[in-house]
Amino acid sequence: MSIFSTKKSWINLTIWVLLIALIIAAPSVLPVFRLNLLGRYLSLAIVALGVDLIWGFTGMLSLGQGIFFALGGYCAAMFLQLNSAGEFPNGIPEFFGLYGVEKLPFFWEPFKSSIFTLISIWLIPAIIAGLLGYLVFRNRIKGVYFSILTQAALLVFFNFFNGQQKLINGTNGLKTDVTQLFGQMVGSEIMQRWFFWISAVLVILAWFFARWIVRDRFGNILIGIRDDEARVRFTGYNPVIFKTIIFSIAGGLAGISGALYTVQSGIVSPQFMTVPFSIEMVVWVAVGGRGTLLGAILGAVLINYAKSLVSEALPASWMFIQGGLFILVVTALPEGVLGWIRKDGPKKLLFLLGINKKLETYPSLEVNEQGEVK
Amino acid sequence: MQLILESLFNGVAIGSVLLVAALGLAIVFGLMGVINLAHGELMMLGAYSTYITQLIFKQVSFLKPFYDSYVIVAIGIAFLVSGTVGILLERTVIRRLYGSPLETLLATWGVSLILQQFVRSVPLAYASGLVIALFFGLFTPLFISDDLLHGAKGKLIRACTWGFSALLGVATGGVLSSLVSKLSRASARNVDVTAPSWMRGGIDFVGITFPKTRLLIILITLISVLVVIFFLDKTAWGMRIRAVTQNRPMSDCLGISTETVDIITFGIGSGLAGVAGVAVSLLGSVGPNVGGNYIVGCFMVVVLGGVGNLLGTILASFSIGIMTDLIGAGRLLTIWPDMPSPLYSTIDFFATTSMARVMIFALIVIFLQFKPTGMFPQKGRMVES
Repeated sequence: MSIFSTKKSWINLTIWVLLIALIIAAPSVLPVFRLNLLGRYLSLAIVALGVDLIWGFTGMLSLGQGIFFALGGYCAAMFLQLNSAGEFPNGIPEFFGLYGVEKLPFFWEPFKSSIFTLISIWLIPAIIAGLLGYLVFRNRIKGVYFSILTQAALLVFFNFFNGQQKLINGTNGLKTDVTQLFGQMVGSEIMQRWFFWISAVLVILAWFFARWIVRDRFGNILIGIRDDEARVRFTGYNPVIFKTIIFSIAGGLAGISGALYTVQSGIVSPQFMTVPFSIEMVVWVAVGGRGTLLGAILGAVLINYAKSLVSEALPASWMFIQGGLFILVVTALPEGVLGWIRKDGPKKLLFLLGINKKLETYPSLEVNEQGEVK
Repeated sequence: MQLILESLFNGVAIGSVLLVAALGLAIVFGLMGVINLAHGELMMLGAYSTYITQLIFKQVSFLKPFYDSYVIVAIGIAFLVSGTVGILLERTVIRRLYGSPLETLLATWGVSLILQQFVRSVPLAYASGLVIALFFGLFTPLFISDDLLHGAKGKLIRACTWGFSALLGVATGGVLSSLVSKLSRASARNVDVTAPSWMRGGIDFVGITFPKTRLLIILITLISVLVVIFFLDKTAWGMRIRAVTQNRPMSDCLGISTETVDIITFGIGSGLAGVAGVAVSLLGSVGPNVGGNYIVGCFMVVVLGGVGNLLGTILASFSIGIMTDLIGAGRLLTIWPDMPSPLYSTIDFFATTSMARVMIFALIVIFLQFKPTGMFPQKGRMVES
């Protein structure tokens, strides 16, 4: 049996072909401004994949993914700031001068190394997510409790980063678009084109990675935890370990996503850790289709694209649309768009509209010549 | 001594705002297992109701002599406004999502976004007209006899009540916008509620000045808590609510209408959010985002206090309030100036309001390591608990 024999695979193949065609065609068709936006949305798709892993597959609704997203962004921005700080007094980034700081804070030191930065972008968020997750999961805190604890953690990190001017420039954030990398300005057109390609490749790699995680026994346990955690425990598995691992993986993905988003938007600031932004990540996945990895990518890209279009035309109405989207997707479309298509949603819709014939309730049984069921 | 007393008072003042805000959240969470992310926006509606009430008392000639008492009236109005919107929310959205709390969380977040944008882009006069239409539309059927409602012309009568309520709403909106010009245009700007003269200033006692607004808020909280306790403990519906909180399927079997219990509880919980909104409006300016500042504090109270226990909610709010004041205002350093220097510098690092939140969150996570289900966990033998 070929892998493309089922209907699900055909839908996937179509979407992938469209997505890759879009990615290849975009740089030559779109102006740089739009290309940059598309690149940002592709990087947001990576954090959405993480949300899908923990929510769609494991059933834990985290409202605090912004923490790990922003941490990744800060790691990248600190490296870039240090990389181009040579001409400033004391050889440290310019903003320190505003607060009379003369010596680089100790935790900035390792970010002078590019290799350390490349590792820390995903490792630091992953470690923090793992630690926070372990402390929470260990006590069997789950469901709504887990969600509001992650939201509180998000607010706490926001307050911390917002208040520490002398350490990380507080509410102003760290700018990256005027910094240098490989002798080029990060905000320049050629660099932005490169970042677009990197985001596109990383989204696809992240998809393969997430798929590799969920398709085997590990993925089955995750789904088991989502559907009945107590039963998983009685079967002899310890859900805490699996939940911690998957939460930390999602944290790492969020970190990568945040770093890519930062270099493309030109700044990282505590605004990445606001409550609405983290909840938005969940709705991308919900609309795309939770439990379908492709749905997370589609949801992130399409909703953000719609958001920028609507906000440009009618700024006030986006909040209404977004609020309505939240309500609609959980009441009417719990499987998301992709799940709806896969579950024969379009056929049912056609039937409801009276265009199509009624679906057969029972598939006809195969019989042999004697009229017996095979 | 004086310092400790002052610190205690400030802590209780902060805690009582938290308490009245978290009370509704905690009751609803205990009963339905639902965290209402729009709770902060219901508070915001309460705060705006105070503002509107104040303007009406200022502008309408026959109400002017009673201007000083507008706060008392506003409490009742805020309760009704937030309660009505809450009941509408329960009937239309939350009821459909029963049994899936995470989905409810997302849907109520959507509602909160809509409410925020609603007060920005709809003139307040027409917004209050809409609330009045909803109020009469939802509650008039309760006063019409069942024979009429379910009789042959039941549908017509229901349609008539809604039509009548809609007319009333439109009329209110029109009258309000022509009477009070400030309410006739939509604006995203923050508004201010001015306290009546008797609430300004403070009371001096043993050398400390207690601000009167803070005292009033403590009083409002005290009365709300007492009324809620009385309602839950002494009335028939309170008993039903407690029964459903303890065991929903069994109460259903015994003939308690769980649907009605859900409506009543959600209405009361939302109404309490409105009362909290009155308190909030007395403390600072009122804007579409005012609820968001308090909501996470309320969540912490619910997490710390445990489910379905009023005492836990009360203790949790006051301990969070007192901790906020002790750490955030740097009062611990003044009370105990010669503490060991590493401790001193640590606490000094956290001595702002926002950093105090960081510290309190860390403390709560540590606390949950020992008591994962809060201060007073519900007793049970469920494997899930």
